[in-house]
Amino acid sequence: MRPDRTPLTLLLIGAAILAVGPFAPQWTLFLLTVALAKGLVVLGLMMLLRCGLVSFGQALYYCLGAYAAGMLGRLYEVSGVFTLMLAGMATSAFVAFVLGFLLARYRSIFFGLLSLAISMILYGLLVKTEALGSSDGFNVLPSTLFGWRPADEWVRYSVLAVAAGVAVIAALAVHRYLGTPLGRLAPAIKDNEIRVEYMGASARQAVHVKYVIAAALAGLGGALAATTVGHIDPEMAYWTTSGEFIFITILAGTGSVIAPFLGALIFGIIQTVAFDISPNTWQMVLGASLLAVIVFLPRGLWSLFRRRKAA
Amino acid sequence: MDQLVAVLIDGIIYSAWLFVAAVGLTLIYGVMKIVNVTHGSFYALGAYAAASITGWALAQGMPPSLSYPVLLGSALLVTLVVAPLIERGILRFMYVKDEVVILLITYALFLILEDAIKLVWGVNPYFIAEPYGLLGSFDVMDLTYPYYNLILVGVAIVCGVGLFWMLGHTRAGKLLVAVIHDTEVSRAMGINVERMYLFTFTFGSLLAAIGGAFTAPTVSVVPGLGIEVIVLSFAVVVIGGLGSLPGAALGAVMVGLVRSATIHYLPQVELFVIYLVMAMVLAFRPRGLFSIAEARKI
Amino acid sequence: MHVMKRAIVAVAAAALVPAFAAAQDAPLKIGVVSFLSGAAAGPFGVPARNGAEIMFEMLNAGKVPAPYATKGFGGAPLQMNLVDESGGTTVQVTEFRNMVQRDNVDLIIGYISSGSCLGIAPVAEELKKLTVFFDCGTPRIFEEKSYKYVFRTASTATMDSVGAALYVKDLKKGKIKTIAGLNQNYAWGQDSWKDFEASMKNLTPGVKVATSQMPKLFAGQYNAEISTILGAKADVVHSSFWDGDLEAFILQAGPRGLFKRSTVILTTGETAMYKLADRIPDGVVIGARGPYGPFAPDNELNQWFSKTFQDRYGVPPNYAAYQMAQAILGTKAAWERAQAANGGKRPDTDQVIAAFERLTFISPGGKVEMAIGGGHQAITETAYGVSRKVKGKMTVANVKRYPAEMVNPPDGVKAEDWIANGFKK
Repeated sequence: MRPDRTPLTLLLIGAAILAVGPFAPQWTLFLLTVALAKGLVVLGLMMLLRCGLVSFGQALYYCLGAYAAGMLGRLYEVSGVFTLMLAGMATSAFVAFVLGFLLARYRSIFFGLLSLAISMILYGLLVKTEALGSSDGFNVLPSTLFGWRPADEWVRYSVLAVAAGVAVIAALAVHRYLGTPLGRLAPAIKDNEIRVEYMGASARQAVHVKYVIAAALAGLGGALAATTVGHIDPEMAYWTTSGEFIFITILAGTGSVIAPFLGALIFGIIQTVAFDISPNTWQMVLGASLLAVIVFLPRGLWSLFRRRKAA
Repeated sequence: MDQLVAVLIDGIIYSAWLFVAAVGLTLIYGVMKIVNVTHGSFYALGAYAAASITGWALAQGMPPSLSYPVLLGSALLVTLVVAPLIERGILRFMYVKDEVVILLITYALFLILEDAIKLVWGVNPYFIAEPYGLLGSFDVMDLTYPYYNLILVGVAIVCGVGLFWMLGHTRAGKLLVAVIHDTEVSRAMGINVERMYLFTFTFGSLLAAIGGAFTAPTVSVVPGLGIEVIVLSFAVVVIGGLGSLPGAALGAVMVGLVRSATIHYLPQVELFVIYLVMAMVLAFRPRGLFSIAEARKI
Repeated sequence: MHVMKRAIVAVAAAALVPAFAAAQDAPLKIGVVSFLSGAAAGPFGVPARNGAEIMFEMLNAGKVPAPYATKGFGGAPLQMNLVDESGGTTVQVTEFRNMVQRDNVDLIIGYISSGSCLGIAPVAEELKKLTVFFDCGTPRIFEEKSYKYVFRTASTATMDSVGAALYVKDLKKGKIKTIAGLNQNYAWGQDSWKDFEASMKNLTPGVKVATSQMPKLFAGQYNAEISTILGAKADVVHSSFWDGDLEAFILQAGPRGLFKRSTVILTTGETAMYKLADRIPDGVVIGARGPYGPFAPDNELNQWFSKTFQDRYGVPPNYAAYQMAQAILGTKAAWERAQAANGGKRPDTDQVIAAFERLTFISPGGKVEMAIGGGHQAITETAYGVSRKVKGKMTVANVKRYPAEMVNPPDGVKAEDWIANGFKK
């Protein structure tokens, strides 16, 4: 058995981002930060996908996390970036804990569609709420780091540094979790749930736990996206947003906890390049790239990085 | 009382539209186990083809009464060109993949078709309003409804009954039912499953295109037309039970009536009432109202 | 992998090339953002892009009539960097940053959706980049915050609703007992109805709301809504529907006799009036979100613009095209004023901003005053009329114009409060 290189790789990538950041052009910092935020959501989706579950409604938790962070600033003028992220995480995790009692009983397409319905209800509620700007949403206060606000030209780098730190910690935690007995249950649940039950483990409970973790990650990503982008709106809960997350999950592959972040980054690059080179037909470019990945890299982009194992 | 009648009529018209738009989705899922996002593209293709071909024919001096068969013909034409191309050219290589991966493939195809439609027809709207007003209208209480709405209801009934009859009483239909229940055994029994898939995909897409074609006279055919239909028809089909034909009919009627009643009595919640119904049904009947029990594989 | 390579080259180029001091006639790179896909592309996005294309080309050739006859902006030729407005706020903020920091545009003109405008404004401020909104309607932008780098050269949606209320009151000579609404269930529809309802209650005391229908955006099927509105028998029906939804509503409501039963007011009706000329009966109240299209004044600039546009694209310019032209000309006016003040040398952003604040300029839609929002928000007059077919051609009749001060709140007053307090100056 080879030694587990993932934690070291993660730390190295994190360090590399911190080291190169000050010299990279500003717009790439933003692109990277958004990719890290989305990557957190995808990390949760990847965990669910490992037990064969696909949520078409993960945008629910992304949006909840973003609104939790945004409301804290709007109502109580809280701007501490870690407080906001904790709030986003906690809100999403709590809602997922409650909804999990219902959703953990569902499998395959029905799990996906029920989560879709719930996220669309949140979308409808937010659009109805004129006090929160309805479909236009509202601006999020610039965040601070323990009360300290970096100088203008360092804002992007600071946000990126926080995002990179959070992403590395989250990825390490998930990596650890996947190695625990409960985490290792995932492929078994995917393969055959009844065997899991016969072994004495509860599939429903395992799914419930994973569902809450995935939601917490999505809430964290949402809060991070809110402070990065500076504006939130109900579109964050719309089904096309969920679709984008699944798109990235498949693009990335489930091979490693690094894959979601890589997938999100590549997705961001494809999207912005498509916008740049063909403003009139960027959807076609996006669709064609997804198709190409599925056809040529069935295990996702991550398979490019994985050495073929000896038989 | 008056309002109750209006609720019923509005509800039935909307249900008919929903049913035609959604029934192909349930057929394709039943046979092929594909959640087909390109369904929305075919709806849009049907609408665009119908609007442009019928509009052109009318401009050439075709008598307006002929526009109804031309609507149907346009849907048929565009589907016969595009659907087999997609099934033979791409989808058939993908059947070995996960259900979710195939869903994503159809999503990618949907994105591509969305821009392809834009390249062919541009972004400006198409109208063919003639067929809508042509037949005149009837009054119920003090409300006026064009007869064209009855055509939509008729199309829905023909589609539903026709499909039901075909599945139960024709050879092709019976073979399809066999494939729905067990693909592997059907293949072993010598059924040409490949051909069944091609047929089903084309036929299911045709139903979507017909939905689009017969809606075209009542709307403006614009980019993005298909997106709304996708999630709406998913909701209908899921409420009824994926793959179930009577389920799709019941789902359409339920959603249609609930939406109509909401608009008349409680317009504030119209925005998410459909998803509320969907969540409620799934909460109590996890596989929808008409679901086929699945054996637990050990 | 050509795409990837391009991205990498772009990254490298942006990192290595320092911003150099621009020479007098070096081209100005202008980011233009408008919907090129999705439902808003047809009625607004593409006409606006077409308007921008014509204006860029004609300005570069020096063919625009006075007072805009100088080439480009003060002699500097214009280069367009076109971006699609679709994809949501996150994508738009990303692309805005890319335009500023990767493509080094000099200024940005764009944005149709109020959501985009609200999201972009703080980013423009952060990046200190002059940004001119040309169409989006929400008054919230300059009411909630004040901005230095952001301008809007079109009036807010408040004007449309207040103007609509004034017009129907005049048209029905105050005899209005009930009103009904059909608006899309999102910010634009909700705000439009809220302002219209409040204005009506102010102008015709005692008026009752028969029903307010708010279908989902892009629902497309309005039979049930039309039934409730028909059943309500309101004197006036207000709708801020646009595009496909507006056209579907007209197609579905016509045969059901809604236009006969009530006076219907379509605040963005102008985008549909030529396309659906034979489906809109006479007497429907039509607006164009300002003095544009059929409501534009008969001056040399307007004659030139509508003819050039018609010749190129085969259709008359709609209000989105007018608003785009207005934004470009307003920016040009500010730019050249700043350049004159700078001794004829290319002005910097701060100088352009100083010249832009409280500027009054002329556009194909007439006089535009950057009078409110601290001098960053335009007010214009507005006009409404009723549809009338003359020899098979669609025209507007019974046109009434309302001066800018009558339909826009004074500087520093929130639109909502202004309406609630009975339009006090």
